[in-house]
Amino acid sequence: MKLKDITRIINGSVVCEGNCSDVEFISACGSDLMSDVMAFLKNETLLLTGLINPQVIRTAEMMDIKAVVFVRGKKPDSKMVELALEKDIILVTTDYPMFVACGKLYSAGMREEGC
Amino acid sequence: MSNGILTLVYDIPAMDMISAGEASSNVKKKLKQLGVNPLIVKKVSISMYEAEMNAVIHANGGSATVNIGTDEIVIIIEDRGPGIENIDLAMKEGYSTASDEVRQMGFGAGMGLPNIKKNSDSLNIESEIGKGTRLEIAIKFTS
Repeated sequence: MKLKDITRIINGSVVCEGNCSDVEFISACGSDLMSDVMAFLKNETLLLTGLINPQVIRTAEMMDIKAVVFVRGKKPDSKMVELALEKDIILVTTDYPMFVACGKLYSAGMREEGC
Repeated sequence: MSNGILTLVYDIPAMDMISAGEASSNVKKKLKQLGVNPLIVKKVSISMYEAEMNAVIHANGGSATVNIGTDEIVIIIEDRGPGIENIDLAMKEGYSTASDEVRQMGFGAGMGLPNIKKNSDSLNIESEIGKGTRLEIAIKFTS
């Protein structure tokens, strides 16, 4: 699934795109607990979270997560966007809550990864 | 410890959630530049970031020293924190003394030290109450 498919499915807005818009995403993880993301994720994946702080971007960088979707209409601040641009990480926002955003992606063929 | 090819030293500031992780980020970048196997880079990144975050959120910051040798990478994180009262307990998944503030940041689930152990070839913890904690993490290039 490409970034443009993901944004269409979850009615998302791209905040910053980096150089990875052609990446194919086959799995996703929904979590507000970065400790779990650090402990259980194995493959490069898409992260959906309701957590808003710079450590979400740091965690994504360490775990080779190429894109983060912020659910429930949460918006990353300028520091987070700056960090994501520096690390080439895609940021997307959606008004859907976590359950609905994950459900829509799952129904479209995205599968689970770790947490 | 193997003969050092490169030694990197970083200061870890206390409770600075913006720059927290910068040392680990820098090491990851350096290892990629050196052409280290991506699986090893990931193990180092996870282990060091977990340890760095522990120093930031639990321990008033500290320092990180990374020795990149010919056959292994050794990460030493030393903090100025309260020390770990019971290391065996701290190694159990789910055990945490993190504050609510730290948990709100998405950390403090008691997964950090067990995750470092899982991703490294050896983990040595020395801790003194009221003085601080020293973690020595080794990851072999062949692991």
